[in-house]
Amino acid sequence: MGTNAAPETKAVTVHAKGSSQRKTAALKLLRQPFLVLAIIFIFALLAIFIIFPLFKIGRLSLTDDKGVFTLEGVKEIFSNRSYWQTFWNSIKLGLIVACISTFVGYIFAYATTRVKMPGGGFFKSMATLPIISPPFILSLSMIFLFGRQGLITKGLLHIEDFDVYGLPSLILVQSVSFFPVAYLTLTGILESIDSSVEDAALNLGASRWHIFRTVTLPLSVPGIASSFLLVFIQSLEDFSNPAVIAGRYTTLAVEAYRLITGMYDTRGGSILAIMLLVPTLIAFLLQKYWLNGKSFVTVTGKPAQQRKKTSDPHIVWPFFVICLLISLFIILLYGTVFIGAFVKTWGINYHLTLDHFRYVFSLGWDSLRNSIVLSTLATPITGILGMVIAYLVVRKKFPGRRVMEFTSMLTSAIPGTVLGIGYILAFNQKPFLFTGTAFILIMAFTFRNMPVGIESGTSTLMQIDKSIEEASTSLGAGSGSTFLKITLPLLKQAFFSGLVYSFVRSMTAVSSIIFLVSPRWNVATTRIFSLFEISKYSDAAAYSIIMIAVILVAISILNFLVLKGGGKKQQKEGKRA
Amino acid sequence: MSTNEAGETSFRAFSRRSSNVTLKNITKVFASLDTKKEITVVSNVNLEIAEGEMVTLLGPSGCGKTTTLRMIAGFEDPSAGEILIGGLPMTTVPPNKRGISLVFQSYALFPHLDIWDNVAYGLRVQKLPKAEVAERTRKAIELMQLQGMEHRFPAQVSGGQQQRIALARAIVIEPRVLLFDEPLSNLDAKLREHMRDELRSLQKRLGITSLYVTHDQSEAMAISDRVVIMNEGVIMQIGTPREIYEKPSCRFVANFIGKANFIPCSVVAYENEQAIVSVNGKTMRLPEPGSRRPPVGTQANLCVRPEGIRLSREETILGGKVTRATYYGSHVEYEIEVNGLSIVTEQNEAKESELFHIGESAWIKLQPELIRLLD
Repeated sequence: MGTNAAPETKAVTVHAKGSSQRKTAALKLLRQPFLVLAIIFIFALLAIFIIFPLFKIGRLSLTDDKGVFTLEGVKEIFSNRSYWQTFWNSIKLGLIVACISTFVGYIFAYATTRVKMPGGGFFKSMATLPIISPPFILSLSMIFLFGRQGLITKGLLHIEDFDVYGLPSLILVQSVSFFPVAYLTLTGILESIDSSVEDAALNLGASRWHIFRTVTLPLSVPGIASSFLLVFIQSLEDFSNPAVIAGRYTTLAVEAYRLITGMYDTRGGSILAIMLLVPTLIAFLLQKYWLNGKSFVTVTGKPAQQRKKTSDPHIVWPFFVICLLISLFIILLYGTVFIGAFVKTWGINYHLTLDHFRYVFSLGWDSLRNSIVLSTLATPITGILGMVIAYLVVRKKFPGRRVMEFTSMLTSAIPGTVLGIGYILAFNQKPFLFTGTAFILIMAFTFRNMPVGIESGTSTLMQIDKSIEEASTSLGAGSGSTFLKITLPLLKQAFFSGLVYSFVRSMTAVSSIIFLVSPRWNVATTRIFSLFEISKYSDAAAYSIIMIAVILVAISILNFLVLKGGGKKQQKEGKRA
Repeated sequence: MSTNEAGETSFRAFSRRSSNVTLKNITKVFASLDTKKEITVVSNVNLEIAEGEMVTLLGPSGCGKTTTLRMIAGFEDPSAGEILIGGLPMTTVPPNKRGISLVFQSYALFPHLDIWDNVAYGLRVQKLPKAEVAERTRKAIELMQLQGMEHRFPAQVSGGQQQRIALARAIVIEPRVLLFDEPLSNLDAKLREHMRDELRSLQKRLGITSLYVTHDQSEAMAISDRVVIMNEGVIMQIGTPREIYEKPSCRFVANFIGKANFIPCSVVAYENEQAIVSVNGKTMRLPEPGSRRPPVGTQANLCVRPEGIRLSREETILGGKVTRATYYGSHVEYEIEVNGLSIVTEQNEAKESELFHIGESAWIKLQPELIRLLD
């Protein structure tokens, strides 16, 4: 046992050292009041707007009307076969859509990164278009094409009672909506595989197919899994598409909404919300902690030599044809909605008219304006908060750093429906009485859309030499001014993408805010939803087209403000050469 | 610095506070990646840098010199020990309040600011009046001969100019202490030598207390008042460049600074300051054996620099065969094999007739006053 004694005593002294070191670190932190305040402020925000609502949902699910702990509500839901059916419906849909989207996304990603084919740029934009598109638009298109008055079903094929509502339509619409997620994830992975690895295989005499099978595909497996999980989460939390096109195929997000707004069963809705939260949370944790460690991709800092794309016609043409067909289908879907916005009554009267646009600018104007105002307010808050959190998490040492990172990224795993229910439960009484206000909507936008900014901010920060910030510190700048003068300008690109994402997602949000809107603060997306319910499809189409226009204009304004005008010179002290 | 210089810029006011740097028993322990083990990077370092002095930390990579520098700057906290600047403990002083400028190896220029804004940055942080910021920035830019490129961005100037900008930015705030983290390692050899001399004269002129970290021994010799040799987190020797070269305290230092030959001997006796040793069975008297005193009767080594050895064709106490002769222009370097030991020597004779050839036998003539005794 004598051998054991030595390391033990050593451990004790080291411990003592560790605690004194920690004490010094804490003391130092206190000398930077701005930093301490920022950390406390962010923890408070995360606690109030993420943890507290989740806690409220959990508590409501597990208590009765008097607030006593009980599993009755859970038992009731679990013994009800139709809710189980709903659960499996959601999971099944998620798995199918994740497979299709990942597969299509891989084809596009491989084609644009490895194959030299005409129209590469066009295919790229086709594969990202659905990201900025408003919700409902693809479902709307399906109804225009395959509905009772559908152009294809009734107009071309003369089928009288074709039922467009149901699982197949839902799969199709979600696959088109979410394959961009897969495409972007997989492009990132495929681009970061060092081209010399594939060149080495080619040099050793392997054929393209052999290289793909033995090198490219295995190296992209973590990316495939990652994109699968991300699409799975998106599909599960999707509210807008199943709400209008699923027919009798029930899903969790929609059922929770129906229970709460239709049957005033908030507890039942909460329990469904938790059933929705569990699988998305598992997928999120798998993606973040399991897959992140598995990536083979080596970041070498600078891109190596340009990848030589293949121009073998046996490879180029199949890819070209597949990508073209899919792109044409996407164009067909969007084009249909575009035309639909300009015709009198789809399926009956195809005369061109501007009536629907007139409607949007008169009766529908308020909610559109609300959407723009709220998104405009939420966007800078989301963007700056995201950058601050990324900065603190990557660059600063403080107790609870990992907790901050995890909590702030958590909302990317929390379905909008869950967040929305959490917010109505959490903020309906003092001191947090925000129900029906613009504030609650802005907070919902902010905390739901923050993770993308944080993620891009984090990865950019990791690439910025830490000594640049240390230089600022050693020149006398505190944490706050270093962040504002040095870090934030260097994060411009990440900041920009965070802002764009935030604005687009705020404009197009449905699932979270459908619980939070009020007559005073109604927004465009909920207005479109209600137009669906009264079958005013062309008005909905006009709305969607205008929203796309607003989003495109907003992106170019942001582009101008952040990337071009951002370098606006401050007044300099009589600077002359 | 006397107080009657009132009315000078804030530099004077700032540095009137004393700026000597003291490291007391500084130790830094890092948790290793598997968190089970701890790695001691800096171990019990004591060092005093006087006001206006230029001290260099010199050592191989991984010896803890950069960590020591970063602890002084405040970017790392010592695991134990204390750092004082001007007699005041720095333990709880954040890095931006220490009055220290750091010149980074990568320069760490702000890529989104032009040269003027880079240099003015630290002054603006202090919220100085605009006129003063302009005046001092202009002076620093002139001092570093950067006039005319104020509006260029760091990516648009050469490496040497980037180096000057980093230096201008560091000195413009007139810090109490200036730290250099291998600042010249990204420059090519010619420019490095030039900048090295310029840096030294600038430091002397401004009289800023400075600590310079490098792994290049010639750089350390050229610019320092004193050199601190570190290895594996421990200080091996502190001294002026001359002391370090001529009186290395151990084998590591002798080897790290310049070339050194080690010839086995046994210690016979000490007489006053002199040592009597036996080499190859013959006794020899060393007038300045150095501070190391291996016990009488033990095996030890004579440490002698290549220029402390003369080659001769007449018999001496050690003889061998020439195995290599390299012509360097100013001198010829020979490698002689003596009893299985390889000895390097430099000879200045350029006369053809006095040259030794490979395979020829040669005798080694030691100059006793240049020999140090080491373990």
